[in-house]
Amino acid sequence: MRITEPMTGEPRFFAGLNGGGRHLLGLQGMHPTRIEPFLDLAESYVLLNRSRKTQRDRLRGLTLINLFFEDSTRTRTSFELAGKRLGADVINMSVSTSSVNKGETLLDTAATLNAMRTDLLVVRHGQSGAPALLAQKVDAGVINAGDGTHEHPTQALLDALTIRRRCGRLQGLTVAICGDVAHSRVARSNIHLLTAMGSQVRVVGPPTLVPAAIDQLGVSVHHDMDEGLDGADVVMMLRLQRERMSGGLVPSAREYFRFFGLDAARLGRAKPGALVMHPGPMNRGVEIDSAVADHPEQSVIQEQVEMGVAVRMAVLDMLARAQTGGRPG
Amino acid sequence: MTSITLPPALLFENVRLLDAASGLDRPDARLLVRDGRIEAIDPAGELPAGIERLDGGGAVLCPGLVDMRVSIGEPGAEYRETVSSAARAAASGGITTIAVLPNTEPVIDDPALVRLLRARGEETGAVTVLPYGAVTKGCRGEELAELGLLREAGAVAFTDGVRAVADARVMRLALSYARGFGATVTQHPEDPALGRGGSATEGELATRLGLPGIPAAAEAILVARDLRLARLSGGRLHIAHVSTAEAVALIRDAKRNGIAVSCDTAPPYFDLNETAIGDFRTYAKLSPPLRPESDRLAICEALADGTIDAIASDHTPRDPDDKRLPFAQASAGGIGLQTLLGVTLARVHDGTLPLPRAIELLTAAPARLLGLETGTLRPGAAADLCLFDPERAWRVAAGQLPGRAQNTPFDGRALEGRVLGTWKNGRRVFGT
Repeated sequence: MRITEPMTGEPRFFAGLNGGGRHLLGLQGMHPTRIEPFLDLAESYVLLNRSRKTQRDRLRGLTLINLFFEDSTRTRTSFELAGKRLGADVINMSVSTSSVNKGETLLDTAATLNAMRTDLLVVRHGQSGAPALLAQKVDAGVINAGDGTHEHPTQALLDALTIRRRCGRLQGLTVAICGDVAHSRVARSNIHLLTAMGSQVRVVGPPTLVPAAIDQLGVSVHHDMDEGLDGADVVMMLRLQRERMSGGLVPSAREYFRFFGLDAARLGRAKPGALVMHPGPMNRGVEIDSAVADHPEQSVIQEQVEMGVAVRMAVLDMLARAQTGGRPG
Repeated sequence: MTSITLPPALLFENVRLLDAASGLDRPDARLLVRDGRIEAIDPAGELPAGIERLDGGGAVLCPGLVDMRVSIGEPGAEYRETVSSAARAAASGGITTIAVLPNTEPVIDDPALVRLLRARGEETGAVTVLPYGAVTKGCRGEELAELGLLREAGAVAFTDGVRAVADARVMRLALSYARGFGATVTQHPEDPALGRGGSATEGELATRLGLPGIPAAAEAILVARDLRLARLSGGRLHIAHVSTAEAVALIRDAKRNGIAVSCDTAPPYFDLNETAIGDFRTYAKLSPPLRPESDRLAICEALADGTIDAIASDHTPRDPDDKRLPFAQASAGGIGLQTLLGVTLARVHDGTLPLPRAIELLTAAPARLLGLETGTLRPGAAADLCLFDPERAWRVAAGQLPGRAQNTPFDGRALEGRVLGTWKNGRRVFGT
C-alpha cells in the first residue's frame, strides 16, 4: 500500500537555523523553538536600522536577485533595502512583461540565474509552488516572497515581530484574520506561524472567501465580523481584490464593506487598544476605513513596513550563512 | 499469391491458466496456440511437428489485457506518444488491446480518422487500437458527431474523452441516438463549471498548498445527472475513471435499480491518495484529481463488490515541459500502460482483490463492455496472451519505461508482479 506521508510533519523553515536546507519556502511545520531566536535576530536589526548604522560586510560579495513575476513595489523595495544594508549586490528583475511573454519557462529562467552565479534569489510569483519549483533547479538560496495563494513567509514573520514588540508575546493572544482568506498567502503563512506560537487564530469572512477545511489548520471560523472581532488582541485585515467581485464571490464593494469592512464601530468590538494590521496595499473604503487605517495608536500598518526591512535582513543573513557554510559572506 | 508467414505452433507448458470469461483457473496446465489462435487447453493426442515449447515455470497465463481508456498523441501530438511507442508500452504491460480517446488534433469525429487509427494499430502487429468516436463535433459539447458513420467505421463507443459533455440536453440526445446503434456513451465525470480552474481536490491539502480546489461533489453531481438521463433515454452509459465514494454509491444504487450503467477506474485511484501531490508534485496531478484516503478505500471496496466493472490505465502521455511548471499550470495526466497490471496486483497482494477477479477486471470485463470477442482463452479466440509472474518484484523507474512518455505517477513504486511475455495473434511482442 502506497500512502505518502502527510506533508505537515517536516519543518521546511530554514534552512540556516538547523544547517539543513538553504531556502525559505514556507512556514508550514516550523517549530516555535526556531521562531523565537529568529525574531530576536530580526529585533537586533530593528535596533541597527534605527541607529542608522549598517553592516555592509555581512553580505559583501554576494549577489541577490529580486525576481518578481508579479508587481510589488513594497515587498521588492523592502528586500532591496535589506540586501543593500547588508552589503549585497542587489539586482531587480521584473519578469512579468518580458521573458514570460516570449515563452521562456520558469526553468529557463533558473538556468539563466545559475549562469549568473546568483547567491540569493527572492521570488514573487502568481502561481502556488513556483518558488519550490525554482528551488529544485537553482544553486541559489531561494526566498519565497509570495507565491499564488500558498505562502508569504516574510510577511508573517514581520507581522509576528510587530505583534511581539507591541504586545510582548505571541502566546495566548487572540488574532482575527479578516477578509479574503481563500486567496491570501499572507493569511496562510500567518496561520501557520501564529498557531505554532500558541496564539488563538480566528478566520473571519464570508463563506465564499474562506477556504475549504481551513479549520483543520487549527483556527476557528467566523462569518460574522462582530463575533469574530469580539475581544481580539489583534485585527489583521486582508486586501480584497477587485476581481473577487467580478468573479461573483462577493456581490459588490459596498455590500462587502457593510458586513466585513473594518470601521471604528467594529473595531470597538475588539479589546481596547487592539492592534490594527494590514499587509498592504490597502483598499480604503472596501476592507478598511481610513479613520481606522490611520489611527495614531492602534494602527501599526507603518510599523509593519519598518519591521519588514529588519525581518528580511535577518532572513538574508541567515540564508547567506547557510549558503556560505556558516562563514559570513 | 501472397502468403503470410505464421509463427510455428506454440505450446505453453507448466502455466497457471486464468480466464474469467470461461471461469478457468487451472494450475500446471498447457495451452496450444496454432495459426495465431488458441487451439486447445491441455491438448490430448499428438502435437504438431516442429512445435515450439515454452515452459512457464508456474507463471500465470491469462488473456492479453484490454485497456479501455488510453490517450496517445497521434494524431497531432506525436512528440508525446505515437501509436508505435504506445504499442511498445502496452506490450510491456501485457496489454494487447487499447481503446483510445478522441481528444487528438484533429478530434476523432470523422470516419476516416477511425479507420486511420485502426490501421496504425494493425501496422504495429502488437496491439489492436480501437478508437472511441467523439460524441460531439470537435468534442465541443454542442452538436452530435456522426455517430452512425463513426460506428460503421469501427468506433468502439462514444465519448468526448477528457471533456465532460456539460449540456444535459446534448447528453440526453447522445444517449438516445447512440442507443439506436447499440453503442455506449462514456462520460468523464466532472461537472465542468465546478471543476473550472481547479487542480486538486478541494479540502485541507489544497487549502494548505494554496491550490484552486475542485469539490469532490463535482463528480457525484455529474454522475447523478447522467444516471437520470440514462434512465430517461434508455441509453447505455459508462462512467470513466470513477474516483469518489459518493459516485460509486450512486452507481451501485443505479445498478440495483436496473439502469444500464457501467464504470471503470484507474490504478491511481485505488493506489494513491491526494498526499502524492504534496510539495507540488506535478507528476501526480491527474484528472480527476487524486482524492483523500477515504475515497481510495471506497474505490477498493467497489472493485471487490463488483460496482466497478473494469480497470483501465487512463494512460495520458505528457512531455516534461508539460509537467515542469507550477502545479496549477502543469498538464494533468499520467502514463499507465506499463504499470496497469503491477499496480492492480498490489490489491491482490494486500488482500483486497482475489487474483481471478483482478484478471477479470483487466480482460474479460472490459472486453464485454466494449463488445469484443477478445479477452478470453477459449479455443478459437485470437492468441492474445499475457504471461506474468505475480510474485516477481520490480521498481517503477521513470525514464526507463518502454514507450516514449515517462510521466508516471508511480515513480519509485515497488511492485510485485511482472509481465514475462506478451503475445499478439500468437506472435511474441514482449519478453524473450
